[in-house]
Amino acid sequence: MRPRRYFTRARPQKMPLELETLPKEETIYDQIIARGVSRREFLSFCAWMGACIGVQASGIAQVIQALETKKRIPVIWLHFQECTCCSESFLRSSHPIVADILLDKISLDYTETLMAASGHQAEQSLQDTMAKYKGEYLLCIEGSVPLAEDGVYCCIGGKTAKGIAEEVAEHAKAIIAWGNCACSGCVQAAKPNPTQAMPIKKIIAGKPIINVQGCPPIAEVMAGVLVHLLTFDTIPELDNLGRPKAFYSRRVHDTCYRRPNYDAGLFVESFDDENARKGYCLYKVGCKGPTTYNSCGTIRWNGGVSFPIQSGHPCIGCSESNFWDNGPFYQRLPSFPGFGIEATADTVGVAALGVAAAGVAAHAVMTNVRKRHEIGEQPGENAEKADAADAASRGNNPNS
Amino acid sequence: MNASHDYQRVYVWQLPVRLFHQINALCITVLCVTGWLISHPPGFLNAGEASSGYWFGTNRFIHFAAGYVLLANFLVRIYWSFVGNKYSNWRNFLPLTMAQIRQCRDVLLVDILQVRSKPVHALGHNAVAYFTYAGTGLLTVFQIVSGFALYAPTSRAWFPRLFTWVTPLFGSEQNLRLFHYDAMWLFILFVVVHVYLVVYHDYVEGHGVLSSIIGGWKFMEKRTVAAPDATGISGLPARKAPAVPGTKTHPTRP
Repeated sequence: MRPRRYFTRARPQKMPLELETLPKEETIYDQIIARGVSRREFLSFCAWMGACIGVQASGIAQVIQALETKKRIPVIWLHFQECTCCSESFLRSSHPIVADILLDKISLDYTETLMAASGHQAEQSLQDTMAKYKGEYLLCIEGSVPLAEDGVYCCIGGKTAKGIAEEVAEHAKAIIAWGNCACSGCVQAAKPNPTQAMPIKKIIAGKPIINVQGCPPIAEVMAGVLVHLLTFDTIPELDNLGRPKAFYSRRVHDTCYRRPNYDAGLFVESFDDENARKGYCLYKVGCKGPTTYNSCGTIRWNGGVSFPIQSGHPCIGCSESNFWDNGPFYQRLPSFPGFGIEATADTVGVAALGVAAAGVAAHAVMTNVRKRHEIGEQPGENAEKADAADAASRGNNPNS
Repeated sequence: MNASHDYQRVYVWQLPVRLFHQINALCITVLCVTGWLISHPPGFLNAGEASSGYWFGTNRFIHFAAGYVLLANFLVRIYWSFVGNKYSNWRNFLPLTMAQIRQCRDVLLVDILQVRSKPVHALGHNAVAYFTYAGTGLLTVFQIVSGFALYAPTSRAWFPRLFTWVTPLFGSEQNLRLFHYDAMWLFILFVVVHVYLVVYHDYVEGHGVLSSIIGGWKFMEKRTVAAPDATGISGLPARKAPAVPGTKTHPTRP
């Protein structure tokens, strides 16, 4: 019921006209309590988030203290080429404070999706926020930026996505790229990428960028990243793709509850077989868990209810770069590059093996025909005869 | 038949080279079989509970362990190419001299196309074969690097962690997996051609090349051993031979 309450009570605060009247000096904790959350609930939230972002038990106090003493972070949330599933995922977070903490307490100063203002008013509020919190605001970006045709494929208020991103990023404190679109381009950047969709990291340089991967990312992961920023005022430790290690350091495969079936060699052969009913490993029907780094196996989705593999569907690897181009979802290995879609490495390999075997057989036959005089004779005789033959064919003296 | 037709035993493949070959052949076989199973695990319908078996985990363990053995073995062979006899020297593997390039051409004309009949005198491998082995060496390096890069995420050991930089070069683990798998096919193709050509040479030339990988000895005509272009490093001029340690041509085991 809590998310519902957010919609009924929080929306008026999104009005840019009321921005000036927001109580600026109140801490996040003050605002949470003022919203009717008990201290007990607040503490359990802090403990839960602390566990999520990987601080040890003694560090929970730090989370609590940060939320008790720190003021709101101004946030500008931009939407480019995307489906808004990242926002949707976030709104469906299992813990009410998650929605509250971001959408109310961290304070979204500009977001096309949720703000009440529209048109010039909306653009004005963006400019106001940028001017007022220069160098302080957090920039969250959902979606990729198209570069083809000077970026006309995504324009807001007459400006291209690239122009907006560069303008807003210039004085941002840090940037969070939400979801696969902003992190690696997602489906619109899949081959042949007609709009030249680019991830944020290729558009903006010189700013810390946190890639919160997934299509969409898990709500608790999104919240965890924000809580980390609030608590420690630092960028969380990132992996080589810019993803927070706390959530993206382990493979779905290694945290999967079906893993024992993999090790035992028990595999689903097709989606309607007995093995599928028994919940065996989905490796052979294309599960990308072994190459996907995410928290689906541990945090799961919808308040820990389930995740794709638990529901009987292979992982499609949505938190990996270019996952749309990494081969068919229901096939373990990608197709062989440069061949037709159906040409797997095995088809090509067997064909090459056939050619090699045929070549070897033909050569063996040829050898028995052309070298029949040499086979089975004294090697010295071969050499002498061959010397003579070659010399004769060239008209040379064999001794020269 | 005069004396120049007599055979002479020539010690070509030293023990470390032979050991390298056998261990390498065993590793490649094991890696191909276990790798194939990792890619295409056979299905056991209604095979029961996960707690009742661990064969796939064991299979992967054998694959990873064989990968380590392959690497160690490969490093020993590289070391030996600097200290071993002239037939195992690293210089043979790259056709950089004119003599080697000429021999490459001769081998193609005599053994592959069979338009010329004068046999190529090579005590070790011929120049084409050496160059092919340089290619399989590169392939081995690629399999080791890509294999340990794929292994790194599941391991806490320091060694596989050295290869974590490889995966981003290939875009994704999934792509790297494909390349690692495709390279296995190149090994399979190599084995087919390699085994055939060894049998071919043994069959046509009668130098005992097939058994030489067991005992290390080849049986050559004396005049071939004495020929100046055959006493140096295969395809290299004889005068370069003394520069390499341990290159004295002994008809008997050194």
